[in-house]
Amino acid sequence: MSDLLIELLSEEIPARMQRRAADDLRRLVTDGLVDAGLTYAGAVAHCTPRRLALSVQGLTDRSPTTTEERRGPRTDAPDKAIDGFLRGVGMTRDQLDIVDDKKGQVYLARITRKGRDAPAIVAEVLEATIRDFPWPKSMRWGSGSLRWVRPLRSILCILTNDEGAQVAPLDVHGIVAGDTTEGHRFMAPDRFRVTSFDDYEARLKRAKVVLSSQDRADAIWQEATNQAFAAGLEVVEDAGLLAEVAGLVEWPVVLMGRIDEAFLGLPPEVLQTSMKEHQKFFSVRDRDGRIVRFITVANRETADDGATILAGNGRVLSARLADARFFWENDLRVAQDEKMEPWIASLANVTFHAKLGSQRERIDRIAALAREIAPAVGADPDLAERAARLAKADLSSEMVYEFPELQGLMGRYYAEAAGEAREVAAAAQEHYSPLGPSDDVPTAPVSVAVALADKLDTLAGFWAIDEKPTGSKDPYALRRAALGVVRLILSSQTSANLRPIIVRASRQDIEWQRLKGRADATRKAPSEAADATLPQQQLQHASSGDDCEPEEYGAILAQDLLTFLHDRLKQHLRDEGIRHDVIDACLTGDRTDDLADLVARARALNAVLATPDGENLVQGYKRAANLLAQAETADGVEYSYGAERKLAETDEERAMFDALEAARPKIDAALAAEDYPAAMAALADLRGPIDAFFEAVQVNSDNAIVRRNRLNLLSEIVRTCTRIADLSRIGG
Amino acid sequence: MSDAPRSFQEIILRLQSYWAGKGCAVLQPYDMEVGAGTFHPATTLRALGPNPWTAAYVQPSRRPTDGRYGENPNRLQHYYQYQVLIKPSPPDLQDLYLGSLRAIGIDMDLHDIRFVEDDWESPTLGAWGLGWEVWCDGMEVSQFTYFQQVGGHDCHPVSGELTYGLERLAMYVLGIDHVMDMPFNASDATIPLTYGDVFRQTEEEYARWNFDTADTAMLLEHFNQAEAHCAEILSRPALDPKTGKRIVMAHPAYDQCIKASHIFNLLDARGVISVTERQAYIGRVRTLAKACADAFLQTRAGGWTDAA
Repeated sequence: MSDLLIELLSEEIPARMQRRAADDLRRLVTDGLVDAGLTYAGAVAHCTPRRLALSVQGLTDRSPTTTEERRGPRTDAPDKAIDGFLRGVGMTRDQLDIVDDKKGQVYLARITRKGRDAPAIVAEVLEATIRDFPWPKSMRWGSGSLRWVRPLRSILCILTNDEGAQVAPLDVHGIVAGDTTEGHRFMAPDRFRVTSFDDYEARLKRAKVVLSSQDRADAIWQEATNQAFAAGLEVVEDAGLLAEVAGLVEWPVVLMGRIDEAFLGLPPEVLQTSMKEHQKFFSVRDRDGRIVRFITVANRETADDGATILAGNGRVLSARLADARFFWENDLRVAQDEKMEPWIASLANVTFHAKLGSQRERIDRIAALAREIAPAVGADPDLAERAARLAKADLSSEMVYEFPELQGLMGRYYAEAAGEAREVAAAAQEHYSPLGPSDDVPTAPVSVAVALADKLDTLAGFWAIDEKPTGSKDPYALRRAALGVVRLILSSQTSANLRPIIVRASRQDIEWQRLKGRADATRKAPSEAADATLPQQQLQHASSGDDCEPEEYGAILAQDLLTFLHDRLKQHLRDEGIRHDVIDACLTGDRTDDLADLVARARALNAVLATPDGENLVQGYKRAANLLAQAETADGVEYSYGAERKLAETDEERAMFDALEAARPKIDAALAAEDYPAAMAALADLRGPIDAFFEAVQVNSDNAIVRRNRLNLLSEIVRTCTRIADLSRIGG
Repeated sequence: MSDAPRSFQEIILRLQSYWAGKGCAVLQPYDMEVGAGTFHPATTLRALGPNPWTAAYVQPSRRPTDGRYGENPNRLQHYYQYQVLIKPSPPDLQDLYLGSLRAIGIDMDLHDIRFVEDDWESPTLGAWGLGWEVWCDGMEVSQFTYFQQVGGHDCHPVSGELTYGLERLAMYVLGIDHVMDMPFNASDATIPLTYGDVFRQTEEEYARWNFDTADTAMLLEHFNQAEAHCAEILSRPALDPKTGKRIVMAHPAYDQCIKASHIFNLLDARGVISVTERQAYIGRVRTLAKACADAFLQTRAGGWTDAA
């Protein structure tokens, strides 16, 4: 048994690639070793800005000798076949054995592969790994043709056992593997020899390199929080930044500095974003949440305890924040003096999508839609429209141009500065939400109206130009938008029929395209213009002629889009433990575009299905439905004339009549009140009578009148059971 | 630090003498308006082909849209870049570079130098490379790039390119907050001059011209002429009928490409180029750059040899 240590020392590796590269190194090397017949006990990979390292413990010293038997053609087969076999196994005819087989006598090749020593295998595997390493972006340097993320400078590759360390015989484009490495670029640049992984890690530490990125991150975080705490302050957590900074240093030294008073009037988010994006600084806040200090992580210790480094970083930050303040003050002027109008006007020059027009045109559509949605979500239509008109104004501001990630938030600040209503300002920030499955959903009615309008216009627009998501491709994040619609509706308890709203959105988009198509047609050759107005293949018949009204294919698009929303809804509810088939069962009737209602029914059905009554009810229902369907097919009649109690012959039959009689008003009342649990409970009450009925009653009686009456009774059971959901769609 | 430089020009002189000492040919600025030192044919064209090359030079660079009438502490429409190009890139290029920082008075034991990922791409030159921006105490002081492609051609061998933004670097080294306050020559010279004494007025004049006065119709015409002439130059057969020599006119053609690129920048500053047109203009300049690169590879400097 040996332990293997590999280190690939290069010029600085981008921080964002390090973690993945370490994992790839571990996977590729260990897979290669195993494929070559070695086994190992464990493997750990590490990364720093200049090195990828891999430690493999308990590696076998030799691959085993193996023999493979391969059966060939019959001994009397044509020479051609036998020669082909010989080529395949790389042997001559006299090296083959002959054995008996069902087919007769056949040739047998016994191929022996001699075991090989670990160092040779390691060298081979590592060379292949380096040559084919899956860097997201790689480069050449000097006169060579080797590719690495940045120039590869040295390779350390040793196998260590009780007798000592042995270098694997490896030469990659003139870089010969050895048993030495370098320390910190500035603090301990000399080369030194290592004998094992433990020795390597310890010597690196003495040479001012912390090998483990986790250790570096932990040390940074601990030191940062300590320094902040000592000053009565708190570091703003940022796991992504911490990981990145840990990838920029081999020897982290945490330094905390002050932010010039002159900049403390900037919104805290602006300070934080500017410091993080440009300088990779952590923000430090006081008890009031104001950001008052920064933390930078240097890569070295200095004789002046970092004073020069801190002063330099402070000066760079001041220059950056002077820019930010310049943007902020210019933007505030536009907001206060001109009510953001120039921004909105200039959005006419910003293309949203070539086929969907400018941001400005899109805002007009969203505003109209927000107005329409407003009553359903309890928002004031005027406020909703105003909010929609202003919500994207900040995209033209200088601050958002500099820091796109501040979109929405700046809109809120600027709308407040412009004296807009509180709800309108909030919508500027909140209408983008929810962005992901775990993002908060806005609850303020105006925000909900604008958020819904924004997402529905996006969906309808891309549907109209046939840019729907396919497979894993969803470049416009339409699945996310649709899930956003679902979550907005569910969390705001909005009970609204979506269909007319989607139809309206689609119609707006189609109308817009048509106008644009006409405008284009006056400039372009007629054939080209016709192409530009064809939004979707399946709609060609509808869109190619002027006789077709937008309503017609607006409705077709709306149905398709609604199905897409239902799919998102199913996924969303699966996390809640509601099965696909339960939702499918509820997708009946004419209210499937009311997602809140749909979900209420699905939840009620799901709850009942979890009880024995519910489960048996479904069985009883299916039995009734099957019998009825068979009889209707055989007789060519539809048994829906109403059953008569007086024709009932048995108590169970009569009890069934009574139970239906009793259930119907209860179900009606519950449905009228949209109390689906009560409706389901009333339905579940039928389970006993239905079971008893099937137990005792032979539906296919010899008496034709009795039989017909019973089939009509089944029909009533089926119709009653499907008042809330189509139970036949329940699986199992 | 007794070794600290005292003026802008001293920093330039030290860089010149440092890189001269490392064997670079110290060239002079290219005599045309360019947006960056990379445009100098000593970089763009010499990065192509198999021949070794090593050069260092100051290049005045013009970015019309960055003009601020001399008021912004560190934005200028005319500034200086220091440019080093070595082909093939030597294995110790990072150390050579760090040596140049020491030469201008940056004490490696007190400062925090970092190589932070920054991939370089020039859509107008059809060029890209991988490397870093170099940070000194959190400030970007240089770009460090290994050229992978120029003018659409893979670089074999690869050149290492270093670009220093001289004003910013000097301000940092000299501890100056506003570029116009920076001593250009030594402050105890008989006639001491600041950067502002030399450039404040021209920054004002050019900002006004760039933003409001440059004749856009004329510039558009010049752009079209430069484009057409570049193609015309390259369309001539290699054999010069007058001398009977093989003369591929890669450099004169490339001058027209540089001209077109700068005119595009001026038009951009005048705000007459829309977002969609922008891409089209960049594409037109790139077409010229690629054609010039193709032509350069047909010259001796580009590695062409008589097949016979």
